[in-house]
Amino acid sequence: MYRYDEFDAAFVADRLNQFSDQVQRRLSGELTEEQFRIHRLMNGVYLQLHAYMLRIAIPYGTLSPRQLRKLAHIARRYDKGFGHFTTRQNIQFNWPALKDIPEILGELASVEMHAIQTSGNCIRNVTADHFAGAAADEIEDPRPYAEILRQWSSIHPEFTYLPRKFKLALSGSPHDRAAIQVHDIGYQLVKNDKGETGFAVYVGGGLGRTPMVGHKIRDFLPTKDLLAYTQAIVRVYNLEGRRDNKYKARIKILVHEKGFEAMRAAVEAEFEADKSELLALPQSEVERISAYFAPPALPERAAQSQALETRRASDHAFAAFVDVNVSKHRQAGYGLLTISLKPIGGIPGDATAEQMELVAELAEKFGHDEIRVSHEQNLVLPHVALDDLPAVYDALAAQGLATANAGLISDIISCPGMDYCSLATARSIPVAQRISERFADGPRAKDIGGMKIKISGCINACGHHHVGHIGILGLERKGVETYQLTLGGSGDESCTLGDITGPGFSYEDVVDAIETVVDTYIGLRSTPDEDFLSAYRRVGMAPFKKALYERDSGSEI
Amino acid sequence: MPLYKNGSFVQDQWTTIPEGEAMSPAGHVIVPLTWWQAERQAFDDSHVPIGVRIDPGIAIDDFIADLSRFALIALVIPKFQDGRAYSTARLLRERHGFKGELRAVGEVLIDQIQPMLRCGFDAFEITDPVTQAALETGRVPGVTHFYQPGVNEAPKAGARPWLRQAGR
Amino acid sequence: MSQVISANRLSDGIVVFRASNGAWVEQLRDAEILPDSVAVKAALDLVELDIKANHVIEVAAFDVAVKGDHVEPVHLRDKIRAKGPTIHPGHGKQAAL
Ligand code: HEM
Ligand code: SF4
Repeated sequence: MYRYDEFDAAFVADRLNQFSDQVQRRLSGELTEEQFRIHRLMNGVYLQLHAYMLRIAIPYGTLSPRQLRKLAHIARRYDKGFGHFTTRQNIQFNWPALKDIPEILGELASVEMHAIQTSGNCIRNVTADHFAGAAADEIEDPRPYAEILRQWSSIHPEFTYLPRKFKLALSGSPHDRAAIQVHDIGYQLVKNDKGETGFAVYVGGGLGRTPMVGHKIRDFLPTKDLLAYTQAIVRVYNLEGRRDNKYKARIKILVHEKGFEAMRAAVEAEFEADKSELLALPQSEVERISAYFAPPALPERAAQSQALETRRASDHAFAAFVDVNVSKHRQAGYGLLTISLKPIGGIPGDATAEQMELVAELAEKFGHDEIRVSHEQNLVLPHVALDDLPAVYDALAAQGLATANAGLISDIISCPGMDYCSLATARSIPVAQRISERFADGPRAKDIGGMKIKISGCINACGHHHVGHIGILGLERKGVETYQLTLGGSGDESCTLGDITGPGFSYEDVVDAIETVVDTYIGLRSTPDEDFLSAYRRVGMAPFKKALYERDSGSEI
Repeated sequence: MPLYKNGSFVQDQWTTIPEGEAMSPAGHVIVPLTWWQAERQAFDDSHVPIGVRIDPGIAIDDFIADLSRFALIALVIPKFQDGRAYSTARLLRERHGFKGELRAVGEVLIDQIQPMLRCGFDAFEITDPVTQAALETGRVPGVTHFYQPGVNEAPKAGARPWLRQAGR
Repeated sequence: MSQVISANRLSDGIVVFRASNGAWVEQLRDAEILPDSVAVKAALDLVELDIKANHVIEVAAFDVAVKGDHVEPVHLRDKIRAKGPTIHPGHGKQAAL
């Protein structure tokens, strides 16, 4: 993975000094809260319901064991022994004191991490496919480009006071695991007919209160133009994006109001006008950065693992774990292991210090020193030999990390909701916990099949509910929590926004409503292989609506 | 208004003419763009150095043809969070080669001075007392390592221009 | 409706409530109950000094229901602020209750 050189280290140290100085000036009263807020936000420090919250970037979701150990240490020393992995490939700590934050950032800097640009109206932490560099279907590893974008966008003097936050995501595979079409800019690595690699570029996607799917602004952008084209988009946005209303300030609104064709013309004109070539990406530089991401030398192994098959034959739980949580690696004899942070009834995305340390240790022993954080709030060991899976499984199980539910109904994405978030209108985590308990039964969950439930505690949509197969949005109606359901959303390459079922459900009833949706799907699927999303796309909302809202009036389903 | 330029507070040689105020075409005045557009004839005849004040939202294309007429451009920053002027400044310097004074006016605060310098501003009207006090101590807080070249910073030999540019 | 004034302490962000002697306390039961909007206004005026002195941030009054000597916030958000996350009974103020 990427290692800081002297320059990177000096850059982070510099920034740390700058922010430490700002914290001092705030604590001494030289800066008012209004003046300080923007600085703390640019360094990942929010004020939440109970305390400050520190958001730390995990660029493109790649972590080393050393880094994960450091996060465990921070959890123990400065927080309450746990951290929360988010849908943006960040980790959040919920209880740090402001006066300790410079010290925490110092600890992070020692392992090449920081909290720069995890909030504020700047270009945020760049995210990428969590299976990058290992997936069987990958065209090219997107992370070198993500790293280049990360460097280029860090404390960019021109783009630090954008109208609103700006999020970039990259995918290197045709199957989009990074939800690129709901980002401000999404980049998909593609090959043209000459066999050259480039990007399909999407612009203007986003969730929040006005969800929109991005438009494809370029079918093929040569990789050398990555930065120049990105600069053109961000510059047009910086100059023209709305600043009068923060709810209309994202680039998606500009694209919508200006019209996509006009937006494209403006971006292309800006791109053309910037003849300086200053930003052209030399192939040598791409290669220099790519070298850091060279895949580990994986010894050759038989495609079938005897050790795995033997254990599978005698151990149902292990068999389920392998079937559900191991994805196809591009090299025979290896697998991509998803470590679910969604134990039944647990808090989605939370990991204790001990769990983090265990995963770090497993990565060292069995995973070629690599760990990934997925936007689905799970951890991934991207290169595990199938032969080692029994040992890895046993170790995980001992720490409650062997839940076999990756991609299934209890693998729920949930934002913090009202339990932590000052913007929330309802709780989301306890809803996730209750759904997970309702569908705790493994065989039933497996029968239901691929299912993405995503929950947000307010209209800001941090839990991606619009792109959940079933989305849940927590609202407040007359002082009580109400949950609105959406069906048929998807954040992958077939990106669609879910449709609202109708009136919301109470905190008490929402889990029953989810079960009604699931049972309805089971009843109408054409074959057991037709997953929920395909079934919904075939039949539409009507049968679900009927089941949800007519059951009380006595109609049968 | 205290004017910070080249590392210290200096005497302002320019007079800013507020919106809607009448004046005769004297030199060293900063006038609103619309005013200049309406009265340019008088200015053109007098050949005095003039400055224009550009509110954010005015597109560069609206005044770029006249760039050579301006000795000074004042870009208005209505709120420090409003970053439009940063792009305008870079475009004026890098794409259009503007060599005159580029002045930041409005809510100009200490922590924005460095990025503004790097986008090509070279003069700052300061109204905030904390900022003024900090600048008087000669302190411009910021970082010294940059991944992007700043305006008028020559790329360092061997380094990728977009990638790194040691601070100065 | 009775109200209590709450804020977050600048140095560590922890939720605090204003007591009748002007101190900031961590438990709601020690807070001053302000019976009406006049009392709230008067207290908020005094708090301005604490804000200026950079002791607290995010000052706001919230509704409470008083039953005997028990004070309970009216809205869920304020209940959670006064106790801690509902999903972590050991975290936040509820740990000490
Ligand atoms: C807890 C403090 C948080 C605050 C104050 C917060 C605030 C916000 C706001 C205001 C928006 C809407 C932005 C807009 O539409 O312009 C947003 C969107 C979003 N946030 Fe958060 N958020 C928080 C936590 C999280 C967490 C924990 C995650 C990941 C689980 C997250 C991921 C996202 C994502 C993915 C979006 C929507 C995508 C988009 O940008 O359009 N946020 N957040
Ligand atoms: S969706 Fe709303 S409640 Fe959930 S984290 Fe985002 S801002 Fe908070």
